[in-house]
Amino acid sequence: MFIIFAVNICSYYMSPRPVKLRKISDPPIISGFKPYGKNKSNGKPDLTFLNLEEYEALRLCDYLMLDQLQASSLMNISRPTLTRIYGRARQKIAEAFVLGKQIIIEGGKIYFDSDWYNCKSCGCVFNNPDKQKIIGECPLCRAKDFTNCSEFSHKSKESLKRKRNKK
Amino acid sequence: MKVAITSTGNSMDSKLDQRFGRCSHFMIYDTETKGMEFIPNPNKDAQEGAGPASVQLVASRNVQKIISGEFGIKIKSLLDRLKIQMIVLKEPEKKIEDIINMLNH
Ligand SMILES: [Zn+2]
Repeated sequence: MFIIFAVNICSYYMSPRPVKLRKISDPPIISGFKPYGKNKSNGKPDLTFLNLEEYEALRLCDYLMLDQLQASSLMNISRPTLTRIYGRARQKIAEAFVLGKQIIIEGGKIYFDSDWYNCKSCGCVFNNPDKQKIIGECPLCRAKDFTNCSEFSHKSKESLKRKRNKK
Repeated sequence: MKVAITSTGNSMDSKLDQRFGRCSHFMIYDTETKGMEFIPNPNKDAQEGAGPASVQLVASRNVQKIISGEFGIKIKSLLDRLKIQMIVLKEPEKKIEDIINMLNH
């Protein structure tokens, strides 16, 4: 099952904002890394937070050795965005290595594995917790103008399959 | 119905905290009585498990919806099981007051 999560890149300037979906095909199997053998220990460990899109960028580029164009299309983002996320991931890992910081993989964004909706009026994204009921309005602003995100995820699932088959 | 909103502080002027598990406060709002309560999040600085612990905290208040900037990887399945609705709002500048106004609209 492919999991897709939403994030907004142009975070602060536009309103209501379009929600950009970013995909993660394999969630990480661990929640982080702990360093050992650190000389100076002052109680609380230093933490570095690697978010899921950074993890995914690193997995695609450095583990699967894809080029950045391939990685960006798998994550459904533009190449410059991928480059930025990937750079951030490497910076964080390097910092954890050099400073002996603990890495915590978390955060992030939301999964699009079931029915999610995007309100056109206030820009929020929400899920349907009760499959027996049909959602009639935005739970936040009560607007009736919202779209289902899952159509999108089906489409990207297909294109991912195609890409895999090509290899 | 009760709604939890992740908040950066304990007042109506506080902003919507973009993190769920590690938010500063939870604001619990009752849409019927208009009652509100700010709960400091004890899991804010937790090394791990901040998300699930925070789910437990809001679930214990019988919340039916949560409004936050993001939900982490383990949270969704937990909330699905509890039938709590997630509302993601990527608006770090929104004040708690604004969100209450949206809900009362
Ligand atoms: Zn809305």
